[in-house]
Amino acid sequence: MDEIKDRLLKPSKATKQDQRGRMISYLSIGLIAILVISILYFIATRGLSMFFNDGIKVSDFLFKTDWNPGKKLVGALPMIVTSFGVTLLAALIATPFAIAVALFMTEFAPKRGARFLQVVIELLVGIPSVIYGLIGLAVVVPAMRIMYGGTGFGILAGAVVLFVMVLPTITSLTVDALKAVPSHYRQASLALGATRWQTIYKVILRAATPGILTAVVFGMARAFGEALAVQMVIGNAAMLPHNLVSPSATLTSQLTMGIGNTIMGTLPNNALWSLALLLLIMALVFNILVKLIARKGRIK
Amino acid sequence: MKKTLTLVGAMLALLLLITGCGKSKNQDTKMTIVGSTALQPLVEQASSQYSEKNSNISITVQGGGSGTGLSQVQSGAVVVGDSDVFAEQASGIKASELTDHQVAVVGIVPVVNPKSGIKNLSMKQLEGIFTGKITNWKQVGGKNEKIIVINRAQGSGTRLTFEQQVLGNKTAVKSQEQDSNGTVQQIVGSTPGAISYVSFSYVNNKIQPLSIDNVKPTAKNVATNAWKIWSYEHMYTQKKVSDKAADFIKYIQSESVQDGLVKQLGYISIHDMQVSKDENNQVTDK
Repeated sequence: MDEIKDRLLKPSKATKQDQRGRMISYLSIGLIAILVISILYFIATRGLSMFFNDGIKVSDFLFKTDWNPGKKLVGALPMIVTSFGVTLLAALIATPFAIAVALFMTEFAPKRGARFLQVVIELLVGIPSVIYGLIGLAVVVPAMRIMYGGTGFGILAGAVVLFVMVLPTITSLTVDALKAVPSHYRQASLALGATRWQTIYKVILRAATPGILTAVVFGMARAFGEALAVQMVIGNAAMLPHNLVSPSATLTSQLTMGIGNTIMGTLPNNALWSLALLLLIMALVFNILVKLIARKGRIK
Repeated sequence: MKKTLTLVGAMLALLLLITGCGKSKNQDTKMTIVGSTALQPLVEQASSQYSEKNSNISITVQGGGSGTGLSQVQSGAVVVGDSDVFAEQASGIKASELTDHQVAVVGIVPVVNPKSGIKNLSMKQLEGIFTGKITNWKQVGGKNEKIIVINRAQGSGTRLTFEQQVLGNKTAVKSQEQDSNGTVQQIVGSTPGAISYVSFSYVNNKIQPLSIDNVKPTAKNVATNAWKIWSYEHMYTQKKVSDKAADFIKYIQSESVQDGLVKQLGYISIHDMQVSKDENNQVTDK
């Protein structure tokens, strides 16, 4: 009798498994949380030290245009403007293409065609960014020079390279959004006598709008954070771009250019950390934007 | 479940093993050298030759830039830090705590796109171009074409050397910047009207090296300081040098490496120099 009681009162094997499983997942979560917090802490302390220790004003950092940290000039406006410039331009060019391709894949293409395009898109994602940069340097920059004059380096060349890089991101997320539109929407629309085009335009795209916007924001986040490929075609001149083909520099390209030549703890190094902090904040903003779109944009 | 646990355990053990290994093998047999990308090829090749002769030592050579090299060696993270500049010239580095070992000399030459038709400039003209006073090639006897200045990244050793000799205390015009000799070479070669500067070894037939005041950029002219734009390549160690590091540096400074590898890779031997330069850019006869 006691034996049975004992067995019943002790945790069973399954319960122990349960506990162990929970422990492992808590451990992993804890580890990741610590990692994220330490990264945030590290970048924040380094990034802010320029303002506290070197007496640089935040407004100078954000709105002045002279970047020469060796001489205490840390106006980051050119980089901020250029970063947003290439990002918006790339997203602007890429979105129509992405929507068209995604529509083709979900609404028109026979199964085999859709699968083929899927492979192509996955391939585009898999190409390392340095290769995009090299192609940009060898093909896009000379093309821009011939077409628009100047050196060819600049926002336009950056945007063209980024366009190819964000296209697969936006396309595949748009495909997901279109696939998520319930098929009875389509059926109902067609039953009411709408043509295919009317169905796509008025029903499917409308229902998928939040998903498509999310796709665009994700694409922009990728473009904003891309460093290597952009650095190779943007020209890296820390000055406000006069036009789309004048050399400029992005936040990321300035970071990768400068970090090896600066010494920890000095102003030039801290200034780069401030750029990094700015990038981090922007990544956060993009994330919040995605959440907002997902919540507000749903069809009612 | 048991299997998973064993797996997790095994992975942890492996992790400890891998990380533990690095520590237990002490610094007698391992040496890490970090820093200047301009010096990296020489140190890499020299280290593989050195390891062939001394199989008990393994040397890891990494890039990262002169700033990284200096700050890493100062903090004691690496044994040797490579730099294109004197430690005295880098802010944030306590040069008195480090020992300088000069292992090679690098000549730097202004280069232009061949189509600009220029082969020689005076030092004044060069200064005018890089400070932005001269903006068209016809002002210096070339064809009517806009000058496109391509500079190196701020803080780069090559740029520091170039600006010290050519600009003095003046500030360079805001312009495009590139972070390596290789990209500069490619961009100058393909962009009409471009001017920049590279190490001697990066001159090829797509770019036109310039003479300055009719002095040709040759190793011989550097040795006598007739060609003024040159700098040392330094390997910095802490004041107390480990025997292994000292021995390796001595190996690089030896006649056989200086006359062999150093020249093959386009650097200039320190033994050929008839003058020496100090951290304040003062040149004295040897």
